[in-house]
Amino acid sequence: MNFDFSDDQKLLKDQANKFLQDKCDLTVVRRILDGDELYEADVWKGIVEMGWTGTAIPEEYGGIGLGHLELCMIAEELGRSLAPVPFSSSVYLATEALLIAASEDQKQKYLPALAAGEMIGTLALNEGTQAATPRTIKASYSGGKISGTKLPVPDGDIANFAVVAVKTGSGSDEGAISLAVVDLTGEGVTRTPVTTLDPTRNLSNITFDNAPAELVGAEGSGWSTIRQVLDRAAVLTAFEQVGGADAALNTAKEYALGRYAFGRPIASFQAIKHKLADMYIKNELARSNSYYGAWALSTNAPDLPAAAAGARIAATDAFNFAAKENIQTHGGMGFTWEFDCHLFYRRAKLLSVSLGSALSWKDKLVSELEKRNAA
Amino acid sequence: MDFEDTPEEAEFRAEVQAWLKANAPKNASANAFSADLNEAEALKIAKEWQAKKADARYAKITWPREIGGMGGTPIQNVIYSQEEAKYALPGGFFDIGLGMCIPTLLTHGTPEQAERYTKPALYGEEIWCQLFSEPAAGSDLAGIRTRAEKDGDEWVVNGQKIWTSGAHYSDYGILVTRSNPDVPKHKGLTFFFLDMKTPGVEVKPIKQISGGANFNEVYFTDVRIPDSQRLGAEGDGWKVSLTTLMNERAAIGGGGGALGSDELLKLFRGIEMHDGPAINNMAVRERLADWYVQGQGLKYTRFRSLTALSKGETPGPENSIGKAVSAPRGQDYTSFALELMELGGMITDPDLAPLKAGFQSGWLFAPAMRIAGGTDEILKNIIAERVLGLPGEIRVDKDTPFNELPTGH
Repeated sequence: MNFDFSDDQKLLKDQANKFLQDKCDLTVVRRILDGDELYEADVWKGIVEMGWTGTAIPEEYGGIGLGHLELCMIAEELGRSLAPVPFSSSVYLATEALLIAASEDQKQKYLPALAAGEMIGTLALNEGTQAATPRTIKASYSGGKISGTKLPVPDGDIANFAVVAVKTGSGSDEGAISLAVVDLTGEGVTRTPVTTLDPTRNLSNITFDNAPAELVGAEGSGWSTIRQVLDRAAVLTAFEQVGGADAALNTAKEYALGRYAFGRPIASFQAIKHKLADMYIKNELARSNSYYGAWALSTNAPDLPAAAAGARIAATDAFNFAAKENIQTHGGMGFTWEFDCHLFYRRAKLLSVSLGSALSWKDKLVSELEKRNAA
Repeated sequence: MDFEDTPEEAEFRAEVQAWLKANAPKNASANAFSADLNEAEALKIAKEWQAKKADARYAKITWPREIGGMGGTPIQNVIYSQEEAKYALPGGFFDIGLGMCIPTLLTHGTPEQAERYTKPALYGEEIWCQLFSEPAAGSDLAGIRTRAEKDGDEWVVNGQKIWTSGAHYSDYGILVTRSNPDVPKHKGLTFFFLDMKTPGVEVKPIKQISGGANFNEVYFTDVRIPDSQRLGAEGDGWKVSLTTLMNERAAIGGGGGALGSDELLKLFRGIEMHDGPAINNMAVRERLADWYVQGQGLKYTRFRSLTALSKGETPGPENSIGKAVSAPRGQDYTSFALELMELGGMITDPDLAPLKAGFQSGWLFAPAMRIAGGTDEILKNIIAERVLGLPGEIRVDKDTPFNELPTGH
């Protein structure tokens, strides 16, 4: 039994932790919250210099050819620090979509640039305040051009290009969906940042009006690719959530130890102790499910869809719970702009809704169990 | 990251498999410890099996060879348990003795006592029980009232213990008593071991809400125990108890209950609701997903602990969440399963309810799981204090003489 990360992988995690503590503490996150910058460019530059953007990109495409286990380690630390950078959009979504479905020419064009940080990518999926499904995707592609609106697109105002989910068929089934890559700085693209619950990460409203585009993967195979990308991104995001949940628990713990009421630290009251124990329990369940997800992702196991769903469900629950109960532990001060609690509360919600709701992942997980235990 | 044995572990597993194949009772899996097999029959099979294991040094793999163990590692112990579990042999009769009582005796008894009692316990010839909990002292163990008074070379014990597993078939017991009520409660305890056939010891089964009787009350009326059977100094009973409890916690939880997500899935597929099969109902699917993910979380948390053992390290604090999750989870899903059966959920006839009425019996036993071996609340206190480092309770009973403490029920 060797169900743990290797010493080298843990070393990478420690390095990531040190870098982010040094360059990206919560005062840096707050600058993005309070200012007009879309992301923290210096932190991003450092991330690129350390090669994190090319972690899972093979060396032949300019990456460092490590793998997804290493990427999980980085993800946990990015989650812990609430780093305001477009890492997840560019690395978990755009890069993975291209690795799965792109042609050789497309890989040569995009992957080295992504690894080197010369390009930032994203995946444009949602259209409005509802789930992205083959029925709700209306943006269309024909003759090398796309038209329609994608809202919200993660880091859409930062990215240079997007892999866009578009309709290429007439029906509303999965076969009607394709993916197309679009230069977001080119003609026919209008993009505007939208105001969001988590201003430390960008969301964009993008309109395509006959914007030049090129299909990624075969026509009609888009939904199958999206499913695979979401499984991979679910595992990586789960590690961000585990990191964030751990940080929220620590924040709550430190506050409870230092805050006195009724003549004693509030951390000595069972109501608070049990709350923090509940956070710890959820965090450990999330971590263990995420480790299994990491194993399934790194070995491309047939169980990846169920493993990813398990990691996603447990980690979403853990971070949402830790973030809200961290505020509760702080009492009124937790509701002030001045205290950092709301940064976790905001980010937990962003990550919770980023790749589809917990409810839809639960539905999907049970479908996987049904498949496995064919009646 | 993988789930494979190391070469050494694989070699040990192969040895164990070969030994079990050659030695386990041929119809072992049919002898599963169940309602079909009464306790006397199960005990007989278990004793024979224990002797065989002891001869082959599998009875206590981690004990040194000098006292009959194998001198093996904790991970070897886990591997043996995994392999033996495949034979569904009756078990559990010797765990308290070998896991807690004998280790306490080895630490605090004389070399002669260790010599006298270790081997019979190892071979299953003598069974031990642990006489700790009392009606007025459960989670607060140091609040026990069973009184021991010194009389020459003997002690006279009066009082009552409760929740004693296996007292009715045990030969010996370890016993913690109050020898001095005039000092604060942790300071007035004294620890003994005794022959369960000593005059004045009376064992009565406790009828549980589930109808069964897995535990006992043990009454002590003028029970005389020689001072030579005292373990630790007079007044040091609390310290000795901690040795016992530490051994209790060294174990890593097993694989969870008999009912898992597969059984739930099967049930939900077979049950009709107003809008079709239950498994198609989103509320049902959501609950099933939650229980599955919790179950996976426990399984892979255990794998993380096993990994530490495999590397020769001590498992981390994650090991402490097991029962705090599994016990309430079991109560939740059995309760939900009964609800889906609607009025039929009340049926306990094994011929009429799914899985031989397993959800019904599981639900009825579930409250015990949330209490035994540390209540949900105590387990969360332990996580809060030992894992997260939060302050302990403010104690109002620490410095007050025991006989001046307020008492309730």
